Amino acid sequence: MSSRDAILGRIRRSLGASGSDAPRLAAVRHRLAETPVNVVPARGQLPSAERIDLFVRKAGEVFATVVRLGGRDDIPAAVAAYLRDRNLPQAIRRGDDRRLADLPWEREAQLAVTTGPSDGSDLVGLSHADAGVAETGTVVLTSGPDNPTTINFLPDHHIVVVDASTVAGDYETVWADLRRRFGAGVMPRTVNLVTGPSRSADIEETLLLGAHGPRSLHILVVG
Amino acid sequence: MSGGLTSLSFPKNAHAALANPPLLKAIAHIEETLVSGRRRAAEALPEFEALRDAGRDIKAHTLAHLDLYLEAFERKVVEAGGFVHWAADAADANRIILDICQKAGARRVTKGKSMITEEVGLNAYLQANGIAPVETDLGEYIIQLRGETPSHIIAPAVHVNKEQVAADFRRVHTDLDPKRNLDEPTSLLAEARGVLRERFLSADVGITGANFLVAETGSTVIVTNEGNGDLTQILPKTHIVLASIEKVVPTLEDVATIMRLLARSATGQEMSVYTTFSTGPRRAGDPDGPEAFHVVLLDNGRSAMLGSEFEDMLRCIRCGACINHCPVYRSVGGHAYGSVYPGPMGSVLTPSLQGLEKSAHLANASTLCGRCESVCPMRIPLPKMLRHWREKEFERHLTPKKARFGLAAWRFLAARPRLYGLATRLGAWGLARLAGRDGALRQVPLAGGWTRWRDLPAPEGGTFRTEWAKRGRK
Ligand code: SF4
Repeated sequence: MSSRDAILGRIRRSLGASGSDAPRLAAVRHRLAETPVNVVPARGQLPSAERIDLFVRKAGEVFATVVRLGGRDDIPAAVAAYLRDRNLPQAIRRGDDRRLADLPWEREAQLAVTTGPSDGSDLVGLSHADAGVAETGTVVLTSGPDNPTTINFLPDHHIVVVDASTVAGDYETVWADLRRRFGAGVMPRTVNLVTGPSRSADIEETLLLGAHGPRSLHILVVG
Repeated sequence: MSGGLTSLSFPKNAHAALANPPLLKAIAHIEETLVSGRRRAAEALPEFEALRDAGRDIKAHTLAHLDLYLEAFERKVVEAGGFVHWAADAADANRIILDICQKAGARRVTKGKSMITEEVGLNAYLQANGIAPVETDLGEYIIQLRGETPSHIIAPAVHVNKEQVAADFRRVHTDLDPKRNLDEPTSLLAEARGVLRERFLSADVGITGANFLVAETGSTVIVTNEGNGDLTQILPKTHIVLASIEKVVPTLEDVATIMRLLARSATGQEMSVYTTFSTGPRRAGDPDGPEAFHVVLLDNGRSAMLGSEFEDMLRCIRCGACINHCPVYRSVGGHAYGSVYPGPMGSVLTPSLQGLEKSAHLANASTLCGRCESVCPMRIPLPKMLRHWREKEFERHLTPKKARFGLAAWRFLAARPRLYGLATRLGAWGLARLAGRDGALRQVPLAGGWTRWRDLPAPEGGTFRTEWAKRGRK
């Protein structure tokens, strides 16, 4: 007998159940198809403006920095300003995502923009989030041909653009949106929920930022 | 096991721990950091108690349908282009993982933090077979350098101080400039970050555990703060996930619910920094991510816990709250338990995994104060299960002779109320006579373990039962 059959057989024996029991199968099918929502905190259930405010406040509480921009065209200048403020070279790496490619980068003549996955030599990465979650100040990033995951982890500084209209109150709203875009039961290869910059408290329980991932997370909320 | 500690030598290990001031100083911090952090986070979320109920219900439902959810999960992983392997026990899991590594021609392997790989002893097994795994979680890396095991499931190096870390780095990082200052945690972190970056970028295989397996989507989920787990799984060509069967949950909604409990209970954060869902290998056109994705599902005794008095333990999400709040853990640290999983959750789980014969003392490493159950996000009745193990220990004659005799004598008396009354009155009278003028006993026959450290106040009046009877009459 294969280990698979042995394990499943033992589980069924312990439960005193069978794998072809109709009510059990129906219960599982129902839950997987209907994806019922459990308890959702009231905290994020706010009208749009307050929801975005909560997102900004929560992101700040976990040591992310946040800047609000009036429109997409302000992004290149905001990126350049961030680099200047931190005495960083005017250079970033980003994916080919249209939402980042179609920006007036030419307005920042000094800024060198490279695209594609990171090999660990970039100081600053720029990504576009699919959503924000107000409940905890979290950004949601998905992988794809134009959105390398390495940019989210290897550079020292991670700048993330979030469309204000995509800031949800809770994770459940984001799941529903993923299902709409990718299909029920289908996920992009990688979905990263990022809440603040990388940290560790493994040495004497002292909280330090920048363990293996980015030392700083800078969020640009557009709109 | 670190220093050859075993669960059977818990009493001896505990004595050694109590005589180790640096260890005691290190674990004393837990109160200000993890314990008060959890309290603040729970208080800041009005729905926290309702979430605990929901979390318990999700796991109870999943366990009742575990076979079906595992099959659903497997289908989805395969649909996404991944492989699922089933491991009946630790030896199976190790063999499967080694095989994948060898077929991938792997020489260098990085690892995300994972208690389950500790459970199966994966590092030693790979090493014996010519593959050197590198731990990448800062705490795990430190204890790997020291040749130790984790002393806590979420803070593996909580027993180590910064001077020890600095000494270990100087010993192992041979190209380190001797003049380099390593006095502060920040400089230690920078040193580890630099060394481990190299390891991440040159690894052939990355091995992680999983906090959740999602049946709806075939995703494996890891929750970390450092980002090491993500670098472990996106950089190498092959990603292997080792997860035990009870990690499966039905849907993304169920992940969201338990996620809201996990970090709050573990560290007092509302959310850990990185929660990452991985589904299959990289897709057509993807510029990065692993080319092969394997999930190894481990049973190792769990299927036998289903339907038993220990089934509730399978709801555990390894948050560590019960450990942080345990007065015994806080007095002796994690290594004294001599098992992979310390504290209350470990004392319940270990006998199920490795047999009571090898871990009979663990159920007694508890005061049954109930603090663990009161903070467990999954509402696991830990004290009740510890009592079950104590009963089994007694039934199977694993209890030490002296204790057996004491318990048998007590049972004899307790079943004979008049004799019990006489014996306790005599005892109280005798103790009162033995006491000094200040009413304190400095030595009591058969109770040297108590009076060696503190005085015993002598009984002042009659026994509880005579007092009760007197007052009842009034
Ligand atoms: S038993 Fe409960 S408190 Fe302890 S680690 Fe598991 S889930 Fe957390």
